[in-house]
Amino acid sequence: MGEREYDAGSYVPPAEVEEMELVHPKTFIGKYIWSQDAKVIAIQYGITATAIGLVALVLSILMRLQLGFPNSVSLIDPSSYLQYVTMHGMIMVVYLLTALFLGGFGNYLIPLMCGARDMAFPYLNMISYWVYLASVLILVAGFFIPGGSTGAGWTLYPPQAINPGTPGVDGGIILMLVSLAVFIIGFTMGGLNYVVTVLQARTRGMTLMRLPLTVWGIFMATVMALLAFPALLVAALMMLLDRLLGTSFFMPEMLSMGETAQREGGSPLLFQHLFWFFGHPEVYIVALPAFGIVSDLIATHARKNIFGYRMMVWAIIIIGALSFVVWAHHMYVSGMNPYFGFLFATTTLIIAVPTAIKVYNWILTLWRGNIHMTVPMLFAIGFLFTFVNGGLSGLFLGNVTVDVPLSDTYFVVGHFHMVMAVAPILVIFGAIYHWYPKITGRMLNDTLGMIHFWVTFLGTYAIYYPMHFIGLEGVPRRYFAYGETTFISDSVQALNAAITIAAIIVALAQLLFLFNLAWSYFRGRESGPNPWHATTLEWQTPHTPPRHGNFGEELPVVYRWPYDYSVPGAKHDFIPQNVPPEEVER
Amino acid sequence: MTITLILLALIMVTFVGWLFSQSINVKPWVAETGKTQLPSPVPHFFTAPRVGLMVFLAVVTSVFALSISAYMMRMEMSGDWRSVPEPGLLWLNTASLVLASVVLQIAWRAATHGNRQRLQRFLIMGGVLTIVFVLGQFVVWQQLSAGGYYMATNPANAFFYMLTALHALHLLGGLAAWGRTVARLRGGAGLARVRASVELCTLYWHFLLVVWIAVFGLILAT
Repeated sequence: MGEREYDAGSYVPPAEVEEMELVHPKTFIGKYIWSQDAKVIAIQYGITATAIGLVALVLSILMRLQLGFPNSVSLIDPSSYLQYVTMHGMIMVVYLLTALFLGGFGNYLIPLMCGARDMAFPYLNMISYWVYLASVLILVAGFFIPGGSTGAGWTLYPPQAINPGTPGVDGGIILMLVSLAVFIIGFTMGGLNYVVTVLQARTRGMTLMRLPLTVWGIFMATVMALLAFPALLVAALMMLLDRLLGTSFFMPEMLSMGETAQREGGSPLLFQHLFWFFGHPEVYIVALPAFGIVSDLIATHARKNIFGYRMMVWAIIIIGALSFVVWAHHMYVSGMNPYFGFLFATTTLIIAVPTAIKVYNWILTLWRGNIHMTVPMLFAIGFLFTFVNGGLSGLFLGNVTVDVPLSDTYFVVGHFHMVMAVAPILVIFGAIYHWYPKITGRMLNDTLGMIHFWVTFLGTYAIYYPMHFIGLEGVPRRYFAYGETTFISDSVQALNAAITIAAIIVALAQLLFLFNLAWSYFRGRESGPNPWHATTLEWQTPHTPPRHGNFGEELPVVYRWPYDYSVPGAKHDFIPQNVPPEEVER
Repeated sequence: MTITLILLALIMVTFVGWLFSQSINVKPWVAETGKTQLPSPVPHFFTAPRVGLMVFLAVVTSVFALSISAYMMRMEMSGDWRSVPEPGLLWLNTASLVLASVVLQIAWRAATHGNRQRLQRFLIMGGVLTIVFVLGQFVVWQQLSAGGYYMATNPANAFFYMLTALHALHLLGGLAAWGRTVARLRGGAGLARVRASVELCTLYWHFLLVVWIAVFGLILAT
């Protein structure tokens, strides 16, 4: 590597990365299937996560059919409805969002954005994908065994999760718990890679404070996931022992089918603590990469530097740290000590502060920017709306007194779908439209993209906004049918039908997106290396799509932060990170 | 959860403190100007495998801290807790694990001093002592279940089996890495390459010894 001189100044010494030996396979299998190239692994993660996500999408449509048009589909009975609820939730949260953000975008973007040849431990990275695939297959196997998959709800609360009478108690729950444990093992392998690559494999000049916010978001989310997933692992192992060996970690003394079960003293609350100790950070494990990616989308497409970069970085770190001390706000209705609830309500509301800082900074980045209404930008702005909406209803639910009556109603369903389902998914779409040209060398079709955006964005509002109203009326969630009640008005059924129709339309729009992905791969407009005129390193690779090793002969040297857009005096409205000051065209 | 929170807080404080030292007073929007100095390299201690191991140890810390938290919460939550008797063999096992750690430390020193024979001898000895520990734990389980302390009879038993098994599994994982290192050493691999593996093994063993002492202490105390 040529020794290039430059001033390290008062900065932290930039990492001097050594050249790494890469495995360059010659066969098709070695290159595309049993591959150690982070970019190929990223696409493997992406395809697997999308495939299993589509299964979860179909499940949600089946649920909506039952709710909108009760008993119109004979396939759906009360047990299978609960199984759909459970599998939809678990797949979407863990196997789609976590895997896609960290395994998919993490693998593709971290090495490219940091200026590395590959992940720090490519072999481990490859194994991580195959273990993830195994966990998905174990999960899917649940659909095909007698008794079907578990219907315990995605939170898998004991005692009902492993008590006779719950759907899937014979095999489904075992497969679910094993699958989660396998997923966590696979994720730990990948997570070690993401963290170590960001810490150790940055190219010269790429100080921490010159990392794109995408990398910051994924990095912090990985750190959190590495520390939080063990809680789920421990809970899953203990519940497996309860189910298989008859221990009483979580199982209290209880009557089951008229007989006293052979258990005593176990504590369902203990499970809730462990589960939510993972479950709340999980929300931010999904949200932080979205925050990071959306920052880069907004800055690039508004041609403006991100407002308050350092504030954005510290907000990510503070959100990550705080999210470990708010878990019990999911347990307000578990009969906890009111002072305990007060404590957790306080921490919950405090976390709104760094989050709000981020929202303001995104808006201030847009302020007087040269906004290009490209498809990625539309999705980024769509995210802002959805996230603020979902976040505000979160402030309601963070307060104990408001949460108690609303807990277990559709208000909660509306809230968390807005904030952690739709918002991150919009970012994922935006990110795919943004990086697809780098991954394939071709642009996605804009018209199809616009239709996809507007149907998805307005459609999700049509789905989740009414749910808040239904929830305020007290309509409970997870119910197969409501029967006769005194408090549910007749119009609820009409709203439910409307929601179902909207859901079907949104689901169909996703087919359009998939078609666009496939069609553009062959017929899309050639994109060139840097279609968005972006500054970050992944757009500066010598080849598009980047080859194994990413940067050709020599790794790039970084001279500036990733947000040099519209710099006064410069000829172009962007200066890539690897352009030295004396080479900037004036 | 207190123990978990304290440990996580410690991990977070270290991490955030380090980030703070990296980012304070940095003006990211200022581009490099002069072309005068070469960048100084990262401190030598922080190689990618070492950082990888440290991150992994943080994950394992989280696993054990949460299990121990669950242990203590379950103990307080209901009155059915009846402590497990501690077979005397546990002390012998502990001694062999301590010895394994010491012996591996000697092997590491031998590796740094380039003494191949000594390295090989002590490395193998460390692994054998660890296998003795794991087998000893297995015998302890046999003794306990022979005495009627089954997993399902009492949460204290269940936790005992779970924690010891979890710890033994981590050691078995370590033994896999150890086996690879021994195979490489005997296959005549360069000392420099083997040294890195030996060092990772040693650090991992020390860590698991600390975990074992914490787990054993907890079992003794309750």
